[in-house]
Amino acid sequence: MESEAVHIFREVAGEFEKPVILFSGGKDSIVMLHLALKAFAPAPVPFTLLHVDTGHNFPEVLAYRDRAVARHGLRLHVASVQEYIDAGKLRERPDGVRNPLQTVPLTEAIQQLKFDAVFGGGRRDEEKARAKERVFSLRDEFSQWDPRRQRPELWQLYNGRHAPGEHVRVFPLSNWTELDVWQYIAREDIELPQIYFAHEREVFQRNGMWLTAGEWGGPKDTEPVHKRLVRYRTVGDMSCTGAVDSDATTLDTVIAEIAVSRLTERGATRADDKLSEAAMEDRKREGYF
Amino acid sequence: MTTTTLLRFATAGSVDDGKSTLVGRLLHDSKSVLTDQLEAVRRVSADRGQEAPDLALLTDGLRAEREQGITIDVAYRYFATARRRFILADTPGHVQYTRNMVTGASTADLAVVLVDARNGVIEQTRRHAAVAALLRVPHVVLAVNKMDLVDYRETVFAKIAEEFTAYASELGILDVTAIPISALAGDNVVEPSAHMDWYGGPTVLEHLETVPVTDEFTAAHARFPVQYVIRPRSAAHPDYRGYAGQIASGVLRVGEAVTVLPSGRTSTIEGIDALGESVDTAWAPQSVTVRLKDDIDISRGDLIAPTALAPTTTQDVVATVCHVADRPLTVGQRVLLKHTTRTVKAIVKEIPSRLTLDDLSQHPAPGRLVANDIGRVVVRTAEPLALDAYAASRRTGSFLLIDPADGTTLTAGMAGDAFTEHEWTA
Repeated sequence: MESEAVHIFREVAGEFEKPVILFSGGKDSIVMLHLALKAFAPAPVPFTLLHVDTGHNFPEVLAYRDRAVARHGLRLHVASVQEYIDAGKLRERPDGVRNPLQTVPLTEAIQQLKFDAVFGGGRRDEEKARAKERVFSLRDEFSQWDPRRQRPELWQLYNGRHAPGEHVRVFPLSNWTELDVWQYIAREDIELPQIYFAHEREVFQRNGMWLTAGEWGGPKDTEPVHKRLVRYRTVGDMSCTGAVDSDATTLDTVIAEIAVSRLTERGATRADDKLSEAAMEDRKREGYF
Repeated sequence: MTTTTLLRFATAGSVDDGKSTLVGRLLHDSKSVLTDQLEAVRRVSADRGQEAPDLALLTDGLRAEREQGITIDVAYRYFATARRRFILADTPGHVQYTRNMVTGASTADLAVVLVDARNGVIEQTRRHAAVAALLRVPHVVLAVNKMDLVDYRETVFAKIAEEFTAYASELGILDVTAIPISALAGDNVVEPSAHMDWYGGPTVLEHLETVPVTDEFTAAHARFPVQYVIRPRSAAHPDYRGYAGQIASGVLRVGEAVTVLPSGRTSTIEGIDALGESVDTAWAPQSVTVRLKDDIDISRGDLIAPTALAPTTTQDVVATVCHVADRPLTVGQRVLLKHTTRTVKAIVKEIPSRLTLDDLSQHPAPGRLVANDIGRVVVRTAEPLALDAYAASRRTGSFLLIDPADGTTLTAGMAGDAFTEHEWTA
């Protein structure tokens, strides 16, 4: 699977003019960057990075992001949700959840900076609409995904043809599962932001999830704050990414914990996927990853 | 990642044969469905007034699929047991989606063809078997489903199994395993059935766990399509020039004499970098970077092969194709042909025949192929290609035809003869 992902990175480097890697500082994008580094070594990665900053990111993750960019001599573009809100181009949702607001800054950054291939860390095991996603996924000039008009993907022959203004989303980790990602991180000894490991944190409960207090609107007076030993399975916007109770402080104990978990990563910790039965499909149609 | 092997397999079945239920049952009974996914299925099933959770909801991921109760598009599922990891290409069985089964089968080691025990082998079953044979899927499982609706009778199963096996062997499929199941009741999917004492074979899951994964890629001649040239030109690596790619088949060794196609220039492998580690040998499907002794002109799209076993190049490609686009493929059409890492201009010279999958009869000179058609084509390319027969290598014998105007994937191609030779002596 490492070979398959590297093959995908090299195909994009060979066929596109201006690819970019979506990099959030989360484990999937960290693994993507690691694979890209291996694919082109000893030459540098021939792509820039793009981060869609919701304005509610975990500070540990932003620090990790900046360290990684500096260490590998990469160039980082940031598309800021906060700037869009401040400029009146986006409106804060009443529930304070900012994940769905990422779509506009993301798609506008792709159009303005003229990226023709955009790597995402999406995996087909995450969600059933993602299970239908291609490795090379064509998006129209409005960045929309149409599940009925996808190109069939045969053998390892990826078709990256696109018209000016269109772009291709590329998912090199399509065939990986959450456990694969963790086992690869362990095998390659890849550094991660500390919030992936158990630590004491002040959290409060909302919709059955442990959320971290922040400037985005929590906790309310009715939501008492607890000090708990927790870790994160996914890293996204603070407003909708929940922590799980855990005492796993090392890669080995995290892997053991995931191997016996009876909850999916998204089911356990992502509020935005629970909005409706087809929440992911609907957001993807609009241009979300 | 782990030491267990990986099996890629595809499912095929007609509408209402219970394919989604089988897949749901496999995932559910192998404990690959997690609590929150099952909760979602229970909730939706209950909202619709169904008594038991509808396991098909686990796989039908798109709105339109759930609304219509059918599977539209290929979906990929992942599950694992203690013995093996699985990637399942869940392909729709509807007649108009033959191209989706072709897509799923293109990377599969095994295909599960589902039959309704009440209906037996029907046209669509023959079509699925023919697609599996055409794509050279090494193993086929015939799952005779809904045995509960025929009182679990052995005679019903035996008749279907016999008819299918005879047809499959005519197609050149070497390995067929027939299993009587009830996906709905769970008989012989993961757990052995209590209703069919007469059946002594494996359950579907047992078979999937134990079927040998033949390493077709390493057995074939070495083929290395160049994807990308790595030239850092940095202070640390001023002269490094490496050819990056994934070994399509066979084994590469340091010191081996190689030929670069289509130019025909020769050199020797000086070094192989396997993602950070210098190695003496590497094999398919590893992604590596190869360095050669001589500084010759090589770029993306070239093919490196051992000089002794290099393929011949051709500009006249004769192939069996499956047309996957909605607009037709016609004689005289200008297209792009993508073969490994090389994309060249091409023109469709001839469409000698169209194949009817139901009885394998050929219709001569149809003039065009429409969506889901399978036929023979002759394509003339603007530059020579180092193409193998699909029978020799699924990776270097396959190609796509692409519409140069908008990039649509038109046709999936397999070079050389399809099925066994006598089928195609037209």
